[in-house]
Order: sequence, then structure tokens, then C-alpha cells
Amino acid sequence: MTSTARTAATERPVPGAVGATSDSHLGALSPTATSPAGDRQAEYRALMRKWWFGAAVGAPTMVLSYPWLIPGLRDLFPRGSEALWWLWVAMGVASLAVIVYSGNQFFTGAWAALKHRSANMHTLIAIGTGTAWVYSTVALLFPQLFPSEAMTDVYYDVTVVVTALVVLGMAMEVKARGRTSEAIEKLIGLQPKTARVVRDGAETEIPIDAVIVDDIVVVRPGSKVPVDGVVTEGASAVDESMITGESMPVAKGPGDEVIGATMNTTGSLRFRATKVGADTALATIVRMVGDAQASKVPIQRIVDVVSGYFTPAVVIASILGFVIWYDFGPTPALTYATIVSVTTLIIACPCALGMATPMSLTTGVGLAATHGILIRSGDALQAAKKIDTIVLDKTGTITVGKPAVTDIVPADGFESEAVLALAAAAERDSEHPLAAAIVEAATERGITPGTVSRFEATPGHGIRAWLGGQRILVGNRIFLEAGGARAESLQDEAVRLADEGKTPVFVALDDRVAGVLAIADPVKADSETAIAALRKLGLQVVMITGDNRRTADAIARRVGVDRVLAEVLPQDKANEVRKLQLEGRAVAMVGDGINDAPALAQADVGFAIGTGTDVAIEASDVTLISGSLRGVVTAIAISRATMRNVYQNLFGAFIYNGLGLPIALGVLYPFVGLLLSPILAALAMSFSSVTVISNANRLKRFRLQEVPA
Amino acid sequence: MTPDQIVVTVVGIAAALGVAWFFWFKRSEGVKAVTVSDGYQEQMILVKGGYTPDTIRVSPGRPVRLLFRREETAACSEQVVLADYGKAAPLPTGTVVPIEFMPGDPGEHEFTCQMGMLRGRIIVEAA
Repeated sequence: MTSTARTAATERPVPGAVGATSDSHLGALSPTATSPAGDRQAEYRALMRKWWFGAAVGAPTMVLSYPWLIPGLRDLFPRGSEALWWLWVAMGVASLAVIVYSGNQFFTGAWAALKHRSANMHTLIAIGTGTAWVYSTVALLFPQLFPSEAMTDVYYDVTVVVTALVVLGMAMEVKARGRTSEAIEKLIGLQPKTARVVRDGAETEIPIDAVIVDDIVVVRPGSKVPVDGVVTEGASAVDESMITGESMPVAKGPGDEVIGATMNTTGSLRFRATKVGADTALATIVRMVGDAQASKVPIQRIVDVVSGYFTPAVVIASILGFVIWYDFGPTPALTYATIVSVTTLIIACPCALGMATPMSLTTGVGLAATHGILIRSGDALQAAKKIDTIVLDKTGTITVGKPAVTDIVPADGFESEAVLALAAAAERDSEHPLAAAIVEAATERGITPGTVSRFEATPGHGIRAWLGGQRILVGNRIFLEAGGARAESLQDEAVRLADEGKTPVFVALDDRVAGVLAIADPVKADSETAIAALRKLGLQVVMITGDNRRTADAIARRVGVDRVLAEVLPQDKANEVRKLQLEGRAVAMVGDGINDAPALAQADVGFAIGTGTDVAIEASDVTLISGSLRGVVTAIAISRATMRNVYQNLFGAFIYNGLGLPIALGVLYPFVGLLLSPILAALAMSFSSVTVISNANRLKRFRLQEVPA
Repeated sequence: MTPDQIVVTVVGIAAALGVAWFFWFKRSEGVKAVTVSDGYQEQMILVKGGYTPDTIRVSPGRPVRLLFRREETAACSEQVVLADYGKAAPLPTGTVVPIEFMPGDPGEHEFTCQMGMLRGRIIVEAA
């Protein structure tokens, strides 16, 4: 093997290599690199064929192993007769056929494992069924080796039925395993195969792989957006639910970003491709989900240690069980000892232990992805379950993250529109962030601001501008009054607006105050309900912001957080998270900006709100593709459900093996005379691994209704 | 105790000890990954009932590329996980799947199937 490996290792590039490395993701969505669904189908069909053959031989074998118990057969095949001997010879040959056809994977698998000095489920089944067959054949061919006739009964039924049942269990397991990884297959299936691009002035349809950055891509009504990009022409609403989990279509126009694999609805769009191939959002999602599904939940590291010792320990237990039953068991001792050791080998289910965590993790991470939530790893999932405090960055998380005009209060003799028009005319040439909000509000209302002839800015206070010979003042009250305009009539309104966490801006025309505008970073529509839901989950909700205490308190009152950390400089956010951790809290941090990255990394679990930056996403444990805080609630609920499922599976697997093995070894025999049959053991073993996977699949029935509203 | 019971007891205990020694106390030295032209330490690993070779020795400080080739359809081995390096990949049958990582400090790191049934080791040797 070493020489083969060395030969192959020197061949570059690797033929047929697919993307599992950090720099070769292109294959991640290519047909050759899909998950092994095809392999699973083929394996399921093969296993079912093996099951049917085993079952066809098994049914008569079970009946004919004990013909003296069945009226009619009792006379045809009396004990000790030559007819019965020949019948058993025929059964021996038939059961060998079952071993060779239906059970060969146990023997080849056991041998392959043995070569690696390891043991697995195949080892146990191969030794168990092999022992039953060899014992029966020796008893049949060389009965004189046995001290009594009672020891020379055959157990071909054990070989055949156990093989058939375990094979059936494996087939069901393969089918159920396929369901646990459906989510990622669905994601891969979202990608369209072709794209319409403008090349040499003409629209042409090309394979998706041929799209390059800066291509102008055309999306017709009802078709999928092929890659990521920025809209250059057209207007439409795009259904992004498959990526973001948001059910409402999102309006798109020039300058807006579109995500590959989302569905265009009624309008036509042209956009410039910005991300293609492995760089698209979909490819990133598929890669992240795949990595997370294959990662380990911390608790599994303990299970891995146990399962590393488990199978050889079962073999040792079965040998010692044989010895004890041979030395101290009832007669015929050899028969009892053999049955006990075979049953012990067969009932042990290392698979249930091994699958308990990965199956739940795969299902849970996949489920989260279908809700637009990317969980980075099993560690994140386990940590998310444990948190008791959640810190929300205000700007961009609770609020939209962009100032907007929220209120217009006109003075007597002025209309709201007129106040806004005056302010917009004055602010049109200003570079102040609040100015942009005023101009945008005017544009949204269809107001075209007039052109001012002069413009003077007093930083920190306001601006002065002249329009058609009239002077416009826009700024705080002191600025207006310094300019000779009296603003007392609107002072109460201004105080009220400030108490609501908004910034009041006065507008005056010549010496008359025209009105007051309120500018604020609006709270997202669903922040309040999401925060209430987080509190219902038992979390203490903390808001962190650089805003002054008054503004912060106003927002906090409105959205209902438990605690406010105001006037926190961006570089101090991580420190605030650390302080909470020093209080003994398990802290989750939710943020979107680059300045949140250290705090996201410091927290026990960092949630990046997906409208945020790549840096924040990189520093986080969970990424919410949509910008809604509601996703955090769903993510925590899914994490809790998944970890609950993991614990159920582990509990089940440990209890099953913990009870099954002693019973198989016959500990109940001295008390109640109970000794398990190897066939029942095979049923129990198959059932236990299927149960673990079915329980994991139950997670898929998780509905958002289970998340507190 | 009858003579046959003594024989069974002695053979049984010896067999149990033999099983423990075989599976738990004897470990292979493994194969040293070969450095290829692009500076990677590379090793092809056959996935069939286990990993062959199952122990790969690498030097610290240079990137490692493990090329997994699965030659079976048994569902057990359809994923390989290098938990310590945060890497994992599905292994479609008959396809070479490369996994790259920096080996880090000297020590032992496991790679397993998703269920932890098949196991291999990466030994990062002292510089």
C-alpha cells in the first residue's frame, strides 16, 4: 500500500479531486461533489436484496431447526433420525449461502478492521454468526466430540435470522441517514444550471460555471438569480426565503444586492455579477453547513473515548461470559455458554453510540440552515444551548442602522411638507449624516428641494442657507436663537422627541420657526417581539450602544430590554462582554459591524446578523443571513432542541447497551431464569440504531411555532 | 473444577488478554508523508473498512495534504472528520478528496469517520 500511496501522492493535479480543501471549493456545488446520496441509494437496494434472501432462507430455517416441536414435522423428522440429519445438512448449506451473500460485508468489514487493529459492529456480528454456524456444523459433522446429544442441536437459524435482521436494520439505517442530510442536498439543488448573460451586446445562455465577475446577468420574471451581484437595471421583488428564511419577497432596484439561487418574481432585472463559483453566498452556506454537520459536539469527545474501547470490550465480555457459563452454568454447559457469548456479541450496538451525536447534529444544523441560520460548529451549538444572557448591539441589530426622519412637527402657519422642503434645500449640499436622512425623506415624499444660493455650516450646531432671498436655519435651538429665530413654541415637542431617543432638528425661515424634525435610527419592525421572545426563553437581554444614556434608555424602554450598557466605545464592547462573563454569565453577543468582531469573538456564542460584514461573520459562531433579530430566537430554540435530541440519543444508546449487555450475559438467569435468545438480541440491536436515527429525524418536525412569539 | 473447565478458563482468560493487547496496546508506527513539489506533505489514504495507512507521520511547519480515496459504499465511511483541525469532508465512492491543513505543534491527532468507528492518527513529529 505504501508504494501505491507514494505513487499517487506524486501525481499532480489529482484526477477527480473534489473540493474539501480551503482553496478548491469550486467542486463544492458541482455534480461530482454532491453528498454520497447515490452511494446510499445503491447501498440501500443492495442491502434490501440481501435482506429478502436472508428472510426467504430464514423463515423455513427457523421452523426446521426445531421440527420436534411442530406437529406433522415431528413424525417426518424425529430427533436422531437420518432424515433430520440430512435436513440440517441442507440448512447448513443454505445458511452458508446466506453468510456468503447476505452477510459477507460483516466478514470483509471485520477482516478489514482487524487489519487496522480495530473492531466495529461488523466484527461483533461476524464473530457471533460465524460462531453459531461453526458450532452447528461441528455438532452436525462430529457429534462424537460432544459429551451429550443435547449439545448437538444446530443453531443455523441464529446465523440466518441474525444476519437477515441486522442487514434489514442497516438498510433502514441507510434510508434514515439519507434523510438527516436532506437539508444540504436541498441547498445544493437550489443552484440553477445556467445563466443568461450579455456578451458582445447580445443575451446568451451559458453554463453557470462560465459566468465571470462583472458579467451583466439578465434575470427574467419567474427565473432564478444565478449568481451574486448588484442590480444595474430594472425593478422586481425577489423571493429570498430559501437563503434568508424571510418569507416576504424583497424589492430590488439599481444598486441593490441580489443573492444567487433566489427566485425573481414579476419584474426583469439586469445585474453585474460580483461573486461567482465558490465565492457565492450559496456556496459559502453549503460549505459552512457541511463543515458544521461534520464537526463534533464537545460531549461527543467523551463518547469517542468510550466507543474506542467499546467493541473490543464487548468481545472480552463475551469470552468471559462463555467461561463463566461453561464453569458455573447449568447443563448442557457448552450450549448455554455458546448462546450467551453469541447473544452478547450481537446485542451490543456500537453504532447507536457512534451515531447518537452526529445524527442529531447533522439534522439540527441542516434545519437551522433552512431557516437562514448558519451554525458554525457543534461547539457553537452546545454553547448556544447554555447561554443565559444575550447582549444586543443597538445599531444595526435592534435598529435599522441608518438614521431616518421619523417625525415632522410644523409650527403654526407651516405644513409638514414645507418644513421638510426647506430643511432638504438647506441640507442638500451638506455631508452631515443627518443631512442625508433629511434629503432622503424629502425624496421619498416626492419633494424636489430648491437650490440655495449660499450655504454656511457651523459644525456641531447647524447650517444657514439662502433660498430666493430668504434665510433658512437648520440646527439646534441655540443655533436658531443665535440667528434671531424664536423656538419656544416647539420646545416641548423637541423635549418629547428627545425623550423618545430621537434627535430634534429645528427649521426656521427668516426669523420664524417653521417646525421641528426628529431624526432617529428606527427600531426594526420585529425587534420588540424578538426581544420579548428572548426573555421568554429565560435570557437576560442586554443592549449595548455608544449612544448617550438618555437616547439609550429611550430605545431600551421601547423594545423592553432588561439592562442597558450606554456610552460604550466600540473598542470597549468586548470588555463589557468579558465583565458579564466575570459575573458568571454565559453570554451570547449579537452584532453586525466590524467593530463588533472582538465582542463576537469574546462572547461564549457570537451571532452575526447577516446584513453585516464578512469580518463579523468570520468572528461569529452563528450567522443569521437575514437581518432580523427574530433569527436569534429561532437559532437558540433550534440549538436547544438539537442538544436535547443529542442527550436523548446518548441516554438511549448508553441505557440500551448498559442494560442489554448484562441481560445478554445472563445476569437475570439466576433470579428469574431469563436468558435472551440471539434472535431477540439481533432485533433489539437493529431497533436501537434505527431508533437513534429516527429520533434525530424527529428534529425536522421542529416548527417555528415552538419558538415563543 | 473439571479438567475441561480448567482448560476453558485458562484459554478464555488468555484470549481476553490477547484481545485487549491486540486492540489496545499494539500500535503501528505509520507512514511518513512525502513532500511534493509544491511544498505540501502528501499522503494518499485508502478508505475501505478502515484507513490504509491509518497512521501518518508528518513534520511540523509545513502544510499537509491528505488524499482520501473511498473504495466502498458502506455508509459508515462516507464522511471523514479531522476534529482537531476543524476539517471534514464527504467521501464519494471512487473519488479522491484532498484535505489540507497546517499540522501545528508536535502531538497526535485523530481522524475518524463521522461515527468514530473508523480511526486513524496523524502524528506530528518533533522538528
